Amino acid sequence: MLDTFFNIEIMKAAWPILLAGLGNTLLLSATVVPLGLLGGLILALLARLRSPWVRWPLMAWVDFFRAFPPLVLLIFLYAGLPFIGLELGGFGCVAIAFFLNTGAYYGEILRAGIDSVPSGQSEAARSTGLSATQTMAWVILPQAVRNVLPDLMSNTLEVVKLTALGSVVAMPELLFQARQAQSLTYNPTPIVVAALIYFALLWPLVRLLSRLENRALRTG
Amino acid sequence: MTSWERFLDTFFNAKVMAKYWPDILYGMWVTIELAVLVVITGIASGLLLALLRAAGIRPLNWLMIFVVDVLRALPPLVIIVLIYFGLPSVDIAPSGFVSTWAALALVLMAFSEEIFWSGITAVPRGQWEASRSTGLSFTQTLFFVVLPQALRMTIPPLTSRTIAITKGTALGSVVAVSEILGQASSAVSNSYNPSPLMLGAAAYLVLFIPVVVAGRWVETRFAWKK
Repeated sequence: MLDTFFNIEIMKAAWPILLAGLGNTLLLSATVVPLGLLGGLILALLARLRSPWVRWPLMAWVDFFRAFPPLVLLIFLYAGLPFIGLELGGFGCVAIAFFLNTGAYYGEILRAGIDSVPSGQSEAARSTGLSATQTMAWVILPQAVRNVLPDLMSNTLEVVKLTALGSVVAMPELLFQARQAQSLTYNPTPIVVAALIYFALLWPLVRLLSRLENRALRTG
Repeated sequence: MTSWERFLDTFFNAKVMAKYWPDILYGMWVTIELAVLVVITGIASGLLLALLRAAGIRPLNWLMIFVVDVLRALPPLVIIVLIYFGLPSVDIAPSGFVSTWAALALVLMAFSEEIFWSGITAVPRGQWEASRSTGLSFTQTLFFVVLPQALRMTIPPLTSRTIAITKGTALGSVVAVSEILGQASSAVSNSYNPSPLMLGAAAYLVLFIPVVVAGRWVETRFAWKK
């Protein structure tokens, strides 16, 4: 049992491969989280425009990308785009898919956050002479983000976990590297180690979130 | 051929679509089957764990919290791969379908246990004290007083979490489950044409758009108003 799942020899051999994978997972996360946040911010700001010509397409857009499993979107881009002559490679496809998918989720969260700031705040800021942009950037958004911080963090946790999908389109991130090492050694130890690395990386965030969530429900 | 015709011929090739749509339809059934199994077993075991946690057996609760944390921290795809490629080494060889089901049900169990538990702890202590002092037992209090209030609070977060995890059925394609994405991908490589992917995408939208819209409705309908 130990020899199968926690083989020390194989751990030593696979360690550099897995470490490279971890580096790529971190790099990928550091790319797609800001991209998703940017997409979300654009959607949330567009949702401020009350015109039905904006609101309905926006809602359709968000529902569309929430209904689409991220892996399907990724495969769709990866396998479909080359047919119209666009070879984006694994990284490009992951970046676009995450921008669209996680952007829709971040957008919903930020929208709820902006809605939670009382309109008096915006009126007061405007009457002190701030422009609409300044009001949004310096008065509304900071409060909005604070109000939905647990949701933003929980979505970020999901996004980091989603980077494992990159393995399907041959991105050399942690899971992909682990599977390579596993098929080279005929031993599942690398996958077990990769799971341990994911756990060590994300456990603090999970703990923190579980506290915040409990507190939120209790105090309403 | 104009470029528009070439585009249609590539992505909406009627011949290819006619040939492969029964495969996609079959994939839809597999996806539905997998999703229903995951939702039922995941939520039921999550509720069971939350009830067990309410019994307040310290060491058991610590173990439970740890397992739930592990399942929340690991990407679902990693759990699927671990089950599918890891267990055969100890002579248990679950199929791709069973691996995906087990992994997603475990993840949903972890998340729903957290949500149910938050709901149970959110019911004010006074409720417990009042019903115990009217002569109800612990179990009666839990089932007739606390749970009905707790469950109502958990509906919105549980709905969105369940939808998110159900979409994970597409991950099954990685371990050779013939669900929608798996069927569509193999049809693309057999026909050298991306039209089956379009069919697959349409199949996902047909399945999940109603779920997402219903979820939106449920979230507003059951939102906790104070």
